[in-house]
Amino acid sequence: MPDSYTELYFPVLVQALLAMALAGGLLTVSYLLGKKVRNRVKDMPYESGITPTGDARSRFSVKFYLVGMLFILFDIEAIFLYPWVVVYRELKMFAFVEMLVFVILILSGFFYIWKKGALDWASNENTSRRH
Amino acid sequence: MPVSSFASSLDMARFLPELILTIAGTLLMVLDPVIHKRSSSLFGHLSILALLAGIGGALYGYAHRGPAFGGLLMVDGFATFFTVLVMVVGILTVLPSYKFLQREDAETSEFHALLLFSVAGQCIMASANELIVIFIGLEISSIASYVMAGYLRDDKRANEAALKYFLLGSFATAFFLYGVALIYGATGTINLSAVRAVILGPNAPAPVFIGVAAAIMFVGLAFKVSAAPFQIWAPDVYQGAPTPVSAFLSAGPKAAAFAVFLRIFMTAFEPIAGGWVPLVWICALLSMTVGNFAALLQTNVKRMLAYSSIAHAGYVLVALTAQSEVGTAAAMFYLAGYAFMNVGAFAVVSHLSGRGEKYQDIESFKGLAQKQPLTAAMLTIFLLSLIGVPLTGGFFGKFYIFKAALESHLVWLTVLGLLNSAVAAYYYLRILVMMYMHEPGEAVRDIEPLTPSLGLALILPAIGTLFLGIFPGWVLDFAGKSSNLLK
Amino acid sequence: MAEVPVSWFLTLSAVLFVLGVSGFLFRRNIITVFMSIELMLNAVNLTFITFAYQLKQVNGHLFAFFVMVVAAAEATVGLAIILTVFKNRSTLNIDDVNSMKN
Repeated sequence: MPDSYTELYFPVLVQALLAMALAGGLLTVSYLLGKKVRNRVKDMPYESGITPTGDARSRFSVKFYLVGMLFILFDIEAIFLYPWVVVYRELKMFAFVEMLVFVILILSGFFYIWKKGALDWASNENTSRRH
Repeated sequence: MPVSSFASSLDMARFLPELILTIAGTLLMVLDPVIHKRSSSLFGHLSILALLAGIGGALYGYAHRGPAFGGLLMVDGFATFFTVLVMVVGILTVLPSYKFLQREDAETSEFHALLLFSVAGQCIMASANELIVIFIGLEISSIASYVMAGYLRDDKRANEAALKYFLLGSFATAFFLYGVALIYGATGTINLSAVRAVILGPNAPAPVFIGVAAAIMFVGLAFKVSAAPFQIWAPDVYQGAPTPVSAFLSAGPKAAAFAVFLRIFMTAFEPIAGGWVPLVWICALLSMTVGNFAALLQTNVKRMLAYSSIAHAGYVLVALTAQSEVGTAAAMFYLAGYAFMNVGAFAVVSHLSGRGEKYQDIESFKGLAQKQPLTAAMLTIFLLSLIGVPLTGGFFGKFYIFKAALESHLVWLTVLGLLNSAVAAYYYLRILVMMYMHEPGEAVRDIEPLTPSLGLALILPAIGTLFLGIFPGWVLDFAGKSSNLLK
Repeated sequence: MAEVPVSWFLTLSAVLFVLGVSGFLFRRNIITVFMSIELMLNAVNLTFITFAYQLKQVNGHLFAFFVMVVAAAEATVGLAIILTVFKNRSTLNIDDVNSMKN
């Protein structure tokens, strides 16, 4: 076992250096040896892929943001499941009831956004249904 | 810790107000898409019912007072006082919002659900005895109120208010939290009583660690109570937010933030008071001065009330500077009185400002006394109380605060505070002059008759203000009994 | 076995926190300002975890969980607010969102 701090992390340093050298080397070699052709086709973002259309800076529908934000919210809530799972066997019924309460609260939020139409991907324009 | 100690029925009894409000808020949210009524007073009624039930729950919890959930919460007189106070503020916010939401054609259920969640968060803040619980309460309260500040989402001013409130609010929270993290590292605990024990104990960490952590938490909390020099957000937010929301923000979250302030600094950080008292002294003086002098220059009434609320935060900080039980009791009394008079004053502004909140200028109060003498009379009570005229809650609030300050030998702060109150009289009186000594202007000609809910929204705070001014003993006794936080 | 000293983590988190504060104060794009706040919260999380490790307690890890969840809720609300601001004003420069002054 290496015992000093530097020794412990020496392999990491070596690997980082190697990676940099390899990447740098490959780029240099292809720059030196490769043929330099410049035309419209060559300069396209995906030379052999689908031809890009439109402007990259066009606005997205607000739906994307809405779904994205809701995703962050519901996604992160799952974090509480991890500590819960670890102690579930010890706490038995108590843990079950607690998680039930938590999930019911989450689901009522889910019910709300669902019924409000925040997840209706197809409905055009007006994001939240105004009634 | 044995499992059985997690949630006994006693814990639940002490947690009743939060429980009731959360269930009611969730219910409102779920009911909304089911009932499908855009504007209905049903949701308002339900939320008033929930808040009344919450007050009942708080009183029941007080009857069984003590720590809950293994010391996470501490339900004592202090907690109950603030819990009831924020729920009363909640009710006084719902009352004018009936008319307001109808006038602005806004959804009702979400507004009330957010309000209930926010109040629930403030209840947690009032009784929390652990720093992370305080943080969670603070965020429940804040996140809901960020949305409320921008509730009229097509209104540019409301957007801006929400944005500023959100950015500065989260900034402050992050500060507070960093302080919590440092305290955790220095003492190995975040329970307020335990932190105090460690600071006083034989293995106390270096004072500089605790001092830095306390200073960082102080900055975060000073933002939340809008004390100078951390007040920059308050005028824009109170001006831009819908008026009933401004009323709520200036009373509820502020009272809860002060509850946290008092509890942390009078328990955990009480042993290092020598370090933080000068800081609070400066903040108190700055808040009073900046608030009052800036308010002199305002012509927008909401903005003026915002600056006045900064000044009032300064008065409460004077009570904290006194760093005594008398001071704590005075701060509690003052916050109660302030909640009534300020919410009342904002309710009048909301009533007068008309659709789209057109009339916010001080000129719009011209001749109000001729057209609606009752409204004018109520506003007079609130303004006199804000000035601190005898027979109103504001007078005794200031009286007790400065008395406490003198008892702690803060002569200079008292003198400067009294001078400040004299300056403040000018801008409140200006509104009175507008109301009583001018012919009705455009705003008053457009004013709609008082609805029953709006009438209640004016009369109840007026009764509260006068009650505190004529019979201060009852509330003060309670505050005095529960101001001893070191148990 | 040698370990990275605890003070390094604390220094890193302090640096991150200060970066967040200065980003908040000096950046003009609302989204960047908001990201600075998130950076501050993450610095706090790192502090919590470091202390939990040093104190051999599990509490600190749980605090970090709570902070993360609250930060996510805050981010959702914040982004929604930023969206409405952008919709009404078509700008994300914080200096342009300043219509209220006497």
